Amino acid sequence: MRDIIIHLVILLVLPPLLLGAITKTKAFFAGRSGPPLLQTYHDIYRLLRKGAVYSTATTWVFRAGPIVSLATVMIAGLLVPFGGNRATFVFAGDMIVFAYLLGLGRFFTMAAALDTGSSFEGMGASREAAFASLAEPALFLVLAVLAVLAHSVSLQEAFGVLATGTWGQMAPVLVVACIGLAVVLLAENSRIPVDDPATHLELTMLHEVMVLDHSGPDLAFIVYGSTMKLFLFGALLLQLVLPAPVLLGAQGVGLFCVGELVVAVLVGACESIIARLRLQRVPQFLVAAAVLGGLGVTILFAGGLR
Amino acid sequence: MTLLSVVATSLALLFASGVASLLLYRSPRFATAVASAGAVIGCVMGLAASVYALVSGAPEEIVRAAWHLPVGEFHVGVDALSIFFLLCIYVVSGLSALYAVGYMGSYRERNLALPAFFFNLLIVSMIVVVVARDAVLFLMAWEIMTMASYFLVTFEDQRDEVRRAGFTYLIASHVSVVFVFVLFAFLSHETGGASFDFGGFAQHQSWPHAVGATALVLALIGFGTKAGFWPMHIWLPDAHPAAPSHVSALMSGVMIKMGIYGILRTLTFLGPPPIWWGGLVVAIGAVSGIIGVIYALAQHDLKRLLAYHSIENIGIIALGIGVGLIGQAFRNPALAFAGYAGALLHVLNHGLFKGLLFHCAGSVLHATGTRDIDKLGGLYRHMKLTGTTFLIGAVAICGLPPLNGFVSEWLIYYGAFRSGFTLSGAGAIAAVVALTALSLIGGLAVACFVKVFGVVFLGAPRSPEAEHAHGAPLSMRLATVAGAAACIAIGFWPQGAVRIVAEPAKLLVGQEATAGDLATAVGPIALVAAILAGLTLTLALLRWSLLRGREIRTTPTWGCGYPATTPRMQYTAASFASPLLEPFAMLLRRRVHQDGPSGYFPSHAHHDLHYDDLAGERILLPLTRKIVAALGRMRIIQHGHINIYLAYILLTFVVLLAWQLARLRG
Repeated sequence: MRDIIIHLVILLVLPPLLLGAITKTKAFFAGRSGPPLLQTYHDIYRLLRKGAVYSTATTWVFRAGPIVSLATVMIAGLLVPFGGNRATFVFAGDMIVFAYLLGLGRFFTMAAALDTGSSFEGMGASREAAFASLAEPALFLVLAVLAVLAHSVSLQEAFGVLATGTWGQMAPVLVVACIGLAVVLLAENSRIPVDDPATHLELTMLHEVMVLDHSGPDLAFIVYGSTMKLFLFGALLLQLVLPAPVLLGAQGVGLFCVGELVVAVLVGACESIIARLRLQRVPQFLVAAAVLGGLGVTILFAGGLR
Repeated sequence: MTLLSVVATSLALLFASGVASLLLYRSPRFATAVASAGAVIGCVMGLAASVYALVSGAPEEIVRAAWHLPVGEFHVGVDALSIFFLLCIYVVSGLSALYAVGYMGSYRERNLALPAFFFNLLIVSMIVVVVARDAVLFLMAWEIMTMASYFLVTFEDQRDEVRRAGFTYLIASHVSVVFVFVLFAFLSHETGGASFDFGGFAQHQSWPHAVGATALVLALIGFGTKAGFWPMHIWLPDAHPAAPSHVSALMSGVMIKMGIYGILRTLTFLGPPPIWWGGLVVAIGAVSGIIGVIYALAQHDLKRLLAYHSIENIGIIALGIGVGLIGQAFRNPALAFAGYAGALLHVLNHGLFKGLLFHCAGSVLHATGTRDIDKLGGLYRHMKLTGTTFLIGAVAICGLPPLNGFVSEWLIYYGAFRSGFTLSGAGAIAAVVALTALSLIGGLAVACFVKVFGVVFLGAPRSPEAEHAHGAPLSMRLATVAGAAACIAIGFWPQGAVRIVAEPAKLLVGQEATAGDLATAVGPIALVAAILAGLTLTLALLRWSLLRGREIRTTPTWGCGYPATTPRMQYTAASFASPLLEPFAMLLRRRVHQDGPSGYFPSHAHHDLHYDDLAGERILLPLTRKIVAALGRMRIIQHGHINIYLAYILLTFVVLLAWQLARLRG
């Protein structure tokens, strides 16, 4: 019960902090002071208090988009362990459910974008669809590495086994899996070098342009949901990079939260020092991630490391 | 009352109502209604009996009867595998027959008795295919199935492309059935040549390796063509759009699954497989699945797109069978069970959601008169029910939770993931290939169905036809609602679905397998589905209570400051798919017809984009040419002069006579 409460509190409260940390890091690199760390919380609160504007072209699908995407991310969050804190919902095969829940959220976000009848949003949806479908095999190959290493199809159990000290002889496998997962994290969360969430031109954005017509509480749901998604991928990456007993136990939860902030700072640093890829290059970047995942699996099988 | 007697009653009802509709040909309205009423009653009856039989684990029934043919006994029977396929046939046929009442109404000027008769005959022949227990009866039913569906495909035979589609279908079916003939002749020969009895094939122990492999390859080509494996699928994307929509639903929903039934039935004869069979079937499934979905993305004809998705889903089913074969090869019944259960459940699920989607596509065609996605848009306003049920079908076919497609894909994933770490060497690698392929297919399918749903139903109408769309008649609406309800039911109650596929999956695994584990394993999926529904509802309520009393404005979509936007400026299906297709450019050929604006006052511009399926041209045509060239050598003996042929006959007689005389002497 304690685990469940801590899990829910972390899942519901912490995510917007990551966006603040990213913005702060970017501001630091740019030599500015930037908005306060807690700005995202304020933004969400402000949006929740507003009314809404809807396009005359839209149907209920447009209104369902933010709701379904937030609901799916929240449930996916119940499947991911947070350091020493057990996942709320653990069963064999929850890895698959995790990936497919995010898929459902994406389906409705893209459908909502097409509902406006705007070319810009259609373009955003189309690019999101293209990149997400290429990121999917990469994610599954990383999950396969995890499953094969830990002999389990459950995130909680897999990370639990990993945490009992598998770095060492497994290092090459884990390194390629981590790089693959990092690429998936950047792509799934629309960060540079795949997407730039901070430009002023609709043509250059992917995720942001899809949600252009949302306003008020709908937009609050979307912002909240996307920070939560970033948090979840950060959690996966963190536990793959640091599969150490240090994350287990009571102090582990604290360490985990600090680790999430470190992930956010790294994402921010990454956004500050590298440029966005040309759109035609992005598929290659994602295929490279899938190849890394495949390489991980190959090393596992060929090296007889299982 | 035994299951077989219920099946016989339903067959009689289906056939009698089909004949009755022929007698009523003067009244098109009654002709369809009578045939459909018979079909619906027969199907409901059969469905109830087969579900009961599967859940209660009814024993195998077999009936033998004398048969005035020199090929052994007339032989029918049901086992778990047949009953499962009977269930699939009954459920989809019943829905399509119901749908036909409203749909065929728009062809009132034509003779509707013939299509109604052939529709019922197609259902009858499929039922006989799955209950036949000897190769002769099986092949007879198989050929009737082909012919009945051919006449249904060519219903609108005044159109050139329909006649061509029918012709392609006929040729493909007949080439493939030759392989099935050879398969059964070969099996019969290997079992001593005494009979064509399936029981005999199944009881034969220990086939030599080469014999099993030959039989498998024959089955994969012969039955695989009907199922639509790449590259033998070429008939499928032509035939499905050509047929009336309820026929497309029936063909895509269950008729192509007869190919899967044939392959599974053949596998039950062949006993424990070697490991490479699993690898081969996984490879076939991965290729069909990925190429199927990529071609689907490239289509802008709604029904043609759905037809390519059938190839994709057949690929998914093959991936499941492949995982099952791998588990069997490693003598790991639990893994084999997960693979086969997933494949079988996907057979049922695909029948449900593909039937539903073709029915919805039919409603769109009925309402607008066009299948071109890029001419539609904004249909949701006029067709709320069709739009909602199409959305349910779309989410289901993408394999997304909380609907039925997710349950079957989850089972296949589960089997593949577990094979990845329980098995060694080739088995594990094939399993990882299967799950990677499945994830790529899943991602691309989401892209494709967002495209279809978004472009057809959402946004603003792109043509006057779309603007003046109207709702569908009652029977069509009923059929789509029932299909959607079935998709939801399986998604929220996967335990029930696993119980339905448990017996047939056990039969395929052969070894001791327990369904209990898997039924508990899918329990959490039901819980996730329930939580998802609950949380979505809660958030919707939260949003509602937040917005209550606040100012909600409606304005036109923001046009980035450009005041003169028209609906034709919306993103089209072709533009949506373009970035997705670029990485796969080597599989497609892009044809662009462009007539750009010119002059100082450009008035007219035109841009047309097509993608061609290269399987026929690059693979089948060169292959056929080689075969024709090789067989062309036989032309030496052909001259077209009748006296030479008479000489051949005389020569044959002389040789035969000499041979027989020599035998008598010896």
